[in-house]
Amino acid sequence: MKCFIGIDLGSTTTKAVLMDEDKEVLGQGITNSRSNYDTAAAVSKQEAMISTRFTLMRRGFENVASAKDSMDDIMSSLERNFRLEQFREQLDDLRTTCKGFVTDDRFKANADATKAVLDTTFNQLNDEAAALFAPGAKRKSDFFRDIAGGSFMNIAEEEAKKADLSYDLLLNVYDKSIIKVENRPPAGDMNNKFTRAMENAVEELSALGLNADDFATAMTEGLDIELEETYVVGTGYGRVRLPFPKEHIRSEILCHGLGAHIMYPKTRTVLDIGGQDTKAIQVDTAGIVENFQMNDRCAAGCGRYLGYIADEMNMGVHELGPLASKATKVAKINSTCTVFAGAELRDRLALGEKREDVLAGLHRAIILRALSIISRSGGITDEFTFTGGVANNEAAVKELKKLIKENYGEVTINIDPESIYTGALGAVEFARRAAKGDLTGAEEQLGAA
Amino acid sequence: MSNDNNPEVKKDTSMLKQKEMIAGNYEKLTNAKELGLKTSSTFVPGNLNELTRCFDIVNNLPEINALGNAMRKQSGAMISDAEKMGHSEDVCTYVKADIGMMAKGNIAPNGKPMPNPDMLLLSYTGCYTFLKWFELLREQYKCPTVMLHVPYQGDGKGQITQSMRDYVVKQIKEEVIPTMEQVSGVKFDIDKLRELMRNSAKAEDNLVWVLQSAKKKPSPIDGYFGAVYYIGPIFSAFRGTTDAVEFYDLLRGEIQERTDKGLGPVTPDGEMGKEKYRLVTEGPPNWTNFREFWKMFYDEGAVCVASSYSKVGGVYDYDGFRHDPENPIESLAEYCLGCYTNRNLPERTKMMADYIEDYEADGLLINSIKSCNSFAAGELLMLREVENLTGKPGAFIETDLVDPRYFSPANVKNRLESYFQMIEQKRQAA
Repeated sequence: MKCFIGIDLGSTTTKAVLMDEDKEVLGQGITNSRSNYDTAAAVSKQEAMISTRFTLMRRGFENVASAKDSMDDIMSSLERNFRLEQFREQLDDLRTTCKGFVTDDRFKANADATKAVLDTTFNQLNDEAAALFAPGAKRKSDFFRDIAGGSFMNIAEEEAKKADLSYDLLLNVYDKSIIKVENRPPAGDMNNKFTRAMENAVEELSALGLNADDFATAMTEGLDIELEETYVVGTGYGRVRLPFPKEHIRSEILCHGLGAHIMYPKTRTVLDIGGQDTKAIQVDTAGIVENFQMNDRCAAGCGRYLGYIADEMNMGVHELGPLASKATKVAKINSTCTVFAGAELRDRLALGEKREDVLAGLHRAIILRALSIISRSGGITDEFTFTGGVANNEAAVKELKKLIKENYGEVTINIDPESIYTGALGAVEFARRAAKGDLTGAEEQLGAA
Repeated sequence: MSNDNNPEVKKDTSMLKQKEMIAGNYEKLTNAKELGLKTSSTFVPGNLNELTRCFDIVNNLPEINALGNAMRKQSGAMISDAEKMGHSEDVCTYVKADIGMMAKGNIAPNGKPMPNPDMLLLSYTGCYTFLKWFELLREQYKCPTVMLHVPYQGDGKGQITQSMRDYVVKQIKEEVIPTMEQVSGVKFDIDKLRELMRNSAKAEDNLVWVLQSAKKKPSPIDGYFGAVYYIGPIFSAFRGTTDAVEFYDLLRGEIQERTDKGLGPVTPDGEMGKEKYRLVTEGPPNWTNFREFWKMFYDEGAVCVASSYSKVGGVYDYDGFRHDPENPIESLAEYCLGCYTNRNLPERTKMMADYIEDYEADGLLINSIKSCNSFAAGELLMLREVENLTGKPGAFIETDLVDPRYFSPANVKNRLESYFQMIEQKRQAA
């Protein structure tokens, strides 16, 4: 089947969306941008392909009588088990890479002992992996680096102590290796992983009395459909790194505008707060950009700001919103500089203000900055769509709603849980349109991709 | 503004001529003592070059020194020297680059030190910082300072009234001329002024012809980046000279040739590709990354067909002003009053909207200057209003004049590309 792909290379994450000829989104993928956009683009595209396979399989499963009543459970189990397979594959790669680094002069005396500690560590990681992907398990991130990294450090520190080896040396080996592994898109055979995942899912859902054979045909069909990359459009800061011609690149302003329009066709004003950009975009009734403003010279008030604050408070970035929502009053944070805001925060805490109140103040500061950018772009026209990573932060959303009401009155505010894909969604629609109007250039691009 | 380190647009005869003229002026300036010449420091907008020349006083323009140093990648160190001396981060970077240049021995591009000026001619045209700037210089040089106060066109009607004209004329007659006579020891000769003004008007006719050639499609010139080179002689130390007349004759001939051949503008990388976007720009270009900045335009096929910056010294095209040898002093007053920086916001807005219509441009691009409070104020309003008046999309970017720390290529490029694609998208939707 003909398919179109949009890739949004953001400063923090890279997103890909895959669409078919009927404008239906079949899959989407996300990965951390690393310092390597080529890999990030390849991985996010592969993830979107995987997600598309799940969609296609699900369609096939509709015809399997035993699946009908428990489709969601089956799909969720299948996906978790697939992720587990994928995780273990990367873990193996990481183990081999780590051991490969233990050839250096520094290890002469302890090379064997170091390898042994690495094996013990990775064996344990491998054993613990199943629990990470068990039903209902919460992972602090979906990126391999984040999941593997934390556990590695805990286990390796313990093991190094036992073996009287330098933990720093192990850490150094890990740091070198994770970069290599991360910049090497998973290369293992997909179909095998899907098959094993299905077998494990059937076993996991044994209570349902499913039979793996019933799903085999539908699975094979879903996996055999050729996904013909007809046109790819890239956007975001890393877009110049995408290995295809200039006509396949669109500004993220246009992509976010169009993406928001597709999600909510009545959108007229879009606010996107990403890792280092805040964009305010005005679009017309067809999703065409009429005006835009972005933060300039300073990225205070963007996602990275929250990341910094989370570090300052020794918290995870996703924990900030929930804690701030518990505030009983909003502390006043004036600083427009991320680093100074950190200083202000410490000052407030030292004065005895509550963490949640201070955090609420920080969230308010972010939204005040965003509102200033919105007003520079021409204000808010109904409907308003909020996108980007920060749109998932409940405290930011709460503050935004309040301030919009104060400044612009009753406005419909749209926030899609999948809003992080807005830019890639716009990009894929540009790809679909470009291909519809003109397919020349697609061949050379296919050659390059 | 232009200087001897101008981007090498192309080595046309006019360009070589301009290089010679500028080098000559710096030689005269740095050898003034030996040559027995007096020097004056003054500003670009609405300057009184013809009058200064009547007294054989050589003009030194600190703004041009600053932008020249920026193009030679020297302004950063000068600015940090000025900051060490106590000038804050938010102060106009032209001022800081000038102060830093003095701290580094005030070396001209020819490697020789600039002389201390014999007088400071503070013609004040719309920029509030000029006053403070020359206050600092006066402190340094302790020389006669004459202030020509040019009333701002603040009434919103875009009119120069008779009383405004009279006020400036009175100052020129009673303050400026006597000071110049005293400093130079030369008696004022109005016929010499008339003669210089005849030359000015000839050069101005040709400059206007060149700038308006951008109405053609494709435009044979870039009316913003390229115009920096075209406005060099007229806005700096050469208006009124036969050199300037010759320069604009040559230039007109060269542009005529480009027009005849149907060519587009010349860029630092050679002939520009297909003209895809026609823009009107407000605000000066960035000087520290001039070529990199320009490249962001011509790589995308964007030509600036008209700009406010090419009117910063004086406006000749919009309402047909020419220096008038028959009424020399009044005409000098009119020139100062009418320069772009002295026009109010509604006038500037109307001018930009009219340019968009007259030059059939795709929209207005504002390059707002981070360290320039005088002109950054109101620019967003201007953008909105021009969009409303013309129905054409606008865009807003921010850079700085000569502080290299405030040029963020990734951000600027991102906004420009977004803007060009926005124009394209609107065209397709139309």
